[in-house]
Amino acid sequence: MGGRKKRTGLDMEESAYKRMIERKKKAAKVRRAVTTLIAASIALLFLMPIVLTVTNSFMSASEISSNYGQVFSTSDSGGKTFISKKVNLKFIPDMVSFSQYITVLFKSPDYLFKFWNSVILVAPIVGFQLLVALLASYGFTRYRGKLKEIIFFTYIILMLMPYQVTLVPNYLVSSWLHILDTRWAIWLPGIFSPFAVYLLTKYMRRIPVSVMEAAQIDGAGEWQIFRHVCMPLCKGCMCSVAILIFIDYWNMVEQPLILLTDDAMHPLSVFLSKIKNGEIGLAFAVATIYMVPTLLVFLYGEDYLVEGITYQGGIKG
Amino acid sequence: MRDRKKEPKARRMSLQIGGHGLAGKKGQAQPSAARKSGMQKRNAKSRRISTAFLAPSFLGVMLFFVVPFFVVIYYAVVNNPIQHHFVFLDNFSNVFHNAAFRQAASNTMKFSAIAVPLAVALSLGLAMLLDSKIPFKSQFRTFFLTPMMVPIASIVLIWQVLFHYNGMVNDITALFGTDKIDWLKSEHAQVVIIVLFLWKNLGYNMILFMSALGSIPKDILEVAILESAKPWQIFVHIKIRYLSSTILFVTIMSLINSFKVFREIYLLTDDYPYNTVYMMQHFMNNTFGNLDYQKLSAAAILMSLVMVAIIGILFLTENYFGKDVEG
Repeated sequence: MGGRKKRTGLDMEESAYKRMIERKKKAAKVRRAVTTLIAASIALLFLMPIVLTVTNSFMSASEISSNYGQVFSTSDSGGKTFISKKVNLKFIPDMVSFSQYITVLFKSPDYLFKFWNSVILVAPIVGFQLLVALLASYGFTRYRGKLKEIIFFTYIILMLMPYQVTLVPNYLVSSWLHILDTRWAIWLPGIFSPFAVYLLTKYMRRIPVSVMEAAQIDGAGEWQIFRHVCMPLCKGCMCSVAILIFIDYWNMVEQPLILLTDDAMHPLSVFLSKIKNGEIGLAFAVATIYMVPTLLVFLYGEDYLVEGITYQGGIKG
Repeated sequence: MRDRKKEPKARRMSLQIGGHGLAGKKGQAQPSAARKSGMQKRNAKSRRISTAFLAPSFLGVMLFFVVPFFVVIYYAVVNNPIQHHFVFLDNFSNVFHNAAFRQAASNTMKFSAIAVPLAVALSLGLAMLLDSKIPFKSQFRTFFLTPMMVPIASIVLIWQVLFHYNGMVNDITALFGTDKIDWLKSEHAQVVIIVLFLWKNLGYNMILFMSALGSIPKDILEVAILESAKPWQIFVHIKIRYLSSTILFVTIMSLINSFKVFREIYLLTDDYPYNTVYMMQHFMNNTFGNLDYQKLSAAAILMSLVMVAIIGILFLTENYFGKDVEG
């Protein structure tokens, strides 16, 4: 590498280098724009059904039935009697009207009643599963031994079992205890579901042992360590777990279908599928109302939700 | 409550023993030993107490899941719940030869075999998309995650409108010159369900992949770039390896969720779905209808065995591929 050679080649090399950099920058810019575009269109696809449901809930009942009347009447009778008409998917209603909501909220208490059913079924499960799981995960975290590890492993296996497998045992116990067709048949298996235990234990085991030992040396009893050391440290995780339990049970369909034969106790999630036989005009409003709690939770707790999912990752950990 | 009162007392006692020992003339070994035994007693006690925290959950899980599961195993090998004749594998072979069960099992398997790999691959794609340099990342994350929050029941209506014979999806495919399809009442129903499944589950998987992508050591990626590794090389040789345990987890979760897809089908098509979307849960529901415990038990056990086998295989594969990567 002689100095002279270098000097003569420098100009050209430099400009070529600059051009290359520029080209690369341009390519990166284009790539960035393309990826953003892709992401945006996917996001649009993801949001569309939700947005459509919400906007359609502001249509008047007559507008709904004139647009989609055939969708729901054909699905009922099974035949294709109204094929000649087109389905008009409308993004924005011709006239914004709150008539659906007014009917749902004030004139037909049936839907509110079903909504209340959902609340009654889900709220105790969220609360008590969290409580039971908090206690249990403390038990799993302190003084780990072989027996506890075996039990914990059993919990994981149970958690991984599809619902069809755990359903049969649940049904058996419910019939032994004579709680079939009562809300207890949904509540109790829900409360003792191993899911929250798994998640909270994984989180609690990350708290350094020295923190709890320090409390112990300072004279705290187990309950005090649990209440004043562990619980405050697990607050975030508790929120995450509560959200995950909530969305899971708010969405439940199988359990009430099998364990509650009395339609009157069914939650709105099951009832919504039957709505199309009757008042289609209200269906979108009811669907939107049913979405609202989960969307509110999401709005306030998205970060907790993301954290919760992240803790779940890595089953071995 | 009782423990809280007792604990400080025990502590005081042990301190007293210690104090006494210190005041005593002879040696220093004595007090520490006394303190130690006090500590040990306390340790044993708090060990017992902390184990008691497990009790409510353990008893509940035993009562509602473990004990009845053994009864289910028992039911699966007797002829009926009243006579209790041991018939060993008869129930299983009955279930195997049941046309409805076969249909349900093969449909479920087919569905999972298509939907799970798609869910894993596409959600990894989404995560990579959000991992690259684009603006509005957190907004995109929110958008991708929203379907997870929305109850299926709320969204089914619009799904029916979209996939109706005269619906929007057919209008769009008509632009490309394909024939109209009656999506929900033909073998294409499975496609609709897969789309719905992906729509619902991709966000969740994506979050898992995003956190895993974020935990890949940056220096390794930097070295790879310095060594002028191509993007696909980085992807195959570094990212996939570090993601292997997450891929395993996502696969398992998607598999479990794919068994839950009955929900979507039930809400979309009521009790009588098209043949290709008659799933395991439909079979279970119908069997619950006439309370055939033998069939139910045998089916549940078969399914749990299959599940254990699949999870075992997945774990072994992951162990094999990801063994030289810690974390």
